[in-house]
Amino acid sequence: MDKNLEKKVINYGEAIYEATYQEMQRDNNVFAYGLGADDPKGHYGTTKDLHLKFGKNRCFDTPLSEDGMTGVGIGAAMAGLRPIFIHQRMDFLLLCMNQIVNMASKMRYISSGEHCVPLVIRVAIGRSWGQGAQHSQALQSFFMHIPGLKVIAPTTPHDAKGGLIASIRDNNPVIYIEHRMLYKNAGYVPTNSFEIEIGKGRVLKDGNDITIVGVSHTVEDSLRASELLKSVGVNAEVIDPISLSPIDYEIIRNSVMKTKKLLVVDNGWTRCGFSSEIITDVAINCEKITCERLGFADCPCPTTPSLEKHFYPNPSSIAKLANRMCGGNIDWSPPEVVQHEILSFKGPF
Amino acid sequence: MKNQFDIKKAYYLFLLIRKSEEKIIELYNSDKIKSPVHLSIGQEAIAVGVSLALSKSDIIFSNYRGHAHFIAREANLDKMWAELYGKSRGTARGKGGSMHLNDISKNFMPTSAIVTSAIPEAVGYAFALKYKKKNSVVICYHGEGATDEGVFWESLNFASLHDLPIIFICENNRYAIYSHQNTRSINDPIVSRAISFGIDAERISGNSTEEFFKATIRCKEKIKNNSKPQLLECMTSRWQDHVGVTQPELSKEEENNIKKAIKHDDLKNLENKLSKDEVLHIKKRVNKEIEHAIKFAEASDFPRSSELLENVYY
Ligand SMILES: Cc1ncc(C[n+]2csc(CCOP(=O)(O)OP(=O)(O)O)c2C)c(N)n1
Repeated sequence: MDKNLEKKVINYGEAIYEATYQEMQRDNNVFAYGLGADDPKGHYGTTKDLHLKFGKNRCFDTPLSEDGMTGVGIGAAMAGLRPIFIHQRMDFLLLCMNQIVNMASKMRYISSGEHCVPLVIRVAIGRSWGQGAQHSQALQSFFMHIPGLKVIAPTTPHDAKGGLIASIRDNNPVIYIEHRMLYKNAGYVPTNSFEIEIGKGRVLKDGNDITIVGVSHTVEDSLRASELLKSVGVNAEVIDPISLSPIDYEIIRNSVMKTKKLLVVDNGWTRCGFSSEIITDVAINCEKITCERLGFADCPCPTTPSLEKHFYPNPSSIAKLANRMCGGNIDWSPPEVVQHEILSFKGPF
Repeated sequence: MKNQFDIKKAYYLFLLIRKSEEKIIELYNSDKIKSPVHLSIGQEAIAVGVSLALSKSDIIFSNYRGHAHFIAREANLDKMWAELYGKSRGTARGKGGSMHLNDISKNFMPTSAIVTSAIPEAVGYAFALKYKKKNSVVICYHGEGATDEGVFWESLNFASLHDLPIIFICENNRYAIYSHQNTRSINDPIVSRAISFGIDAERISGNSTEEFFKATIRCKEKIKNNSKPQLLECMTSRWQDHVGVTQPELSKEEENNIKKAIKHDDLKNLENKLSKDEVLHIKKRVNKEIEHAIKFAEASDFPRSSELLENVYY
C-alpha cells in the first residue's frame, strides 16, 4: 500500500497530538505552551511528554498570565517562530481579547503586509458534568467578527489533525476550537502529515429534504438527528463547516438550493452568532428558503444536570424541528438518544 | 555601535527629531496630517542616547509616541512623512499613520496605540532571539503610565523567568495625559518593583543624551554577562500637550518645571560641544533632509481604493 495513503483509527485527542508531534518534528520553529502544557495529563494527552521529546523550550508551562502570554506568542511569531498557545477553556480567552483583537489580528494590516502573525491559539470548549457558567462557553462568534483572524472548529479526528497542521502552517492567527466531548471520537486518519484547506466545509451526510449545519459537537448531534429522521422518512443533508472564518458559504448555498430548508444548530448562543451569519447569507443569496436555528438557551449555562439538559440542543430536539420544517407531524416525539460521550464524562476538567 | 559617545551624530539625530516635530506643529493646521500625533519634544535625549548604543541587528519596539524612536533609529524619514500624510509611499502605505510606524529594514516593529500592548510582544520577540540563539537584544520603549497595566508586570515576570535579552526603556515624563504618576501609584515604584521581579533596574536622571547612551551600553554589557533583563527608568519631561500640537495647560509649578527643563535642553548642550562649522553643516543637512521628506510625501499618491481590503490576511 502507498505509504501516503496509510490510515489508522485514532481518536480526536490522538489526532491533535499527532499533528503537533509531526509539525514539531518537521519544523524547529514550532513550539507549544500554555498552562499545564507539560503536565502529566498533557491536555487530554494532546501535548503529553512533548517537553521530554523536544526539550523544555519547545513545550512549556506558563505563569497564569493569559494576556501577557498571548502577546509573547505574537512577538515570537513576528520573529519567525510558530507558537501554539493552549488553553484548557475558551472562557479564559476573555483575558486575551486585547492581544488577539487589537494586536494579532491587525499586525499585518497596520504594517501593510510587512509582518504576519503565524500563531495558533488552541482552546477547549464543551459541556456536561457541571461545567457551569464560566467553564462551558463557546465564544466563536466573538472571533468570527474580527477581520484578520481565522477560526476553525473541527469535528472529526481527520479534520482535527489536518486542520491543526493547516493552522500551524498558516501565516495568520488561527483560533482552533476543540470540544471536550469529541476527544474520544474515533475515526480513520492518515498516518502521514496532511492539511485540510481552511475555509472549506464538508458534507458529512447526503440528503435531499433539509440541510442541517452544525458546529463542532452539534455536528455530531445533527448526524444523530439525521438517523432519527430516517424513521419518519426525512432524508437530511448534514454539513460540517469546519472553518467558521473564513466560511464556506458555497457549500451551504448549494445544499439549500437543493433542499429549500436550512436548520443551523450552533454550538453557542444564537444571537449575533454563527447561525445569524449563515441565515443572513442564505437570505441574501438564495431564494425561497425556510430557515430555523437552534443553539444554547438564552441564559448562562446552569450547573445542575436537571437544567443543563434543557440548555443544549440535542439529537431529539434537532430532529423534531427538522421534521416539522419538512411538513411532518408536529406531535412526533423522537426517542432520546443516549449520548455516551456526555454520560461517561466525569471531568474533572 | 561604538562604546564612544559620538557627539556629532547625537546632535544630528537630536536636531532631526526636534526639527521634524516642529515642522509637524507648523504644518498641522493645514490638515495635511489627518490623524493624531503624539510629540516627543523634550524627551528626545532618550531615543538618541539609546539608539547610539545599539547594533543593526537589535530590535526596537516603541509606541504611539514613536517619531523620536523611529528617527533616532535612522529609519526612513521620507516614508515616515508620507505615512503622516496618509500616502501610498508611507511606511504602511497610509494604513498606519503616526501611531503605527514601522521599518522592517531597521528592525523597527509596528507600534501600537493601545498603551502597554506591544510590551509582551517585545518579550516574545526576545524569547525568539534566545530560542534561535541570536545575540541581538530587544529595546522596548514605554511610558511610566504603561507600568500601571497588569500586562506590564506579566511581561516583566516572563522576561525574568526566561532570562530574556531585553532592555525596557521606561520614559518617565511623570504624566499619562494629564494624570500625574503620584495619583496613580505610591512611592516612585518602578525601579524597586522591577528589581523585585528579578530585573536589573536603574533610574537615570538629568535627561542627558550621553548618560542614556552610557546606561544602555551598560545594559547591553550586563545582558552579555549575566543575561538578566534590564530596565532603565529614564527621567524626562514632555513639553507639548499629550496629543496634537497645542501647549499643555499647566499649573504654575508645572510650568516652572518645564521652564527649567527647557533651560537645560540637551540639544543646546550638545551644540555647545561642537564647532560653529560643524553645527552649521549639521543644521543644513537636517533642513535638507526634512524638506526632501516633505516633498516626497507631497509627491506621493494616496493609496488606490482597491488597497482597502489588501493585507487583512497573509
Ligand atoms: C489601554 C489604553 N488605555 C488608555 C489609553 C489612552 N492613553 C493614550 S496615551 C495614555 C497615557 C500613557 O502614558 P505613558 O505610558 O506615561 O506614556 P506617555 O504618553 O506619557 O508617553 C493614555 C491613558 C490607551 N491608548 N490605551
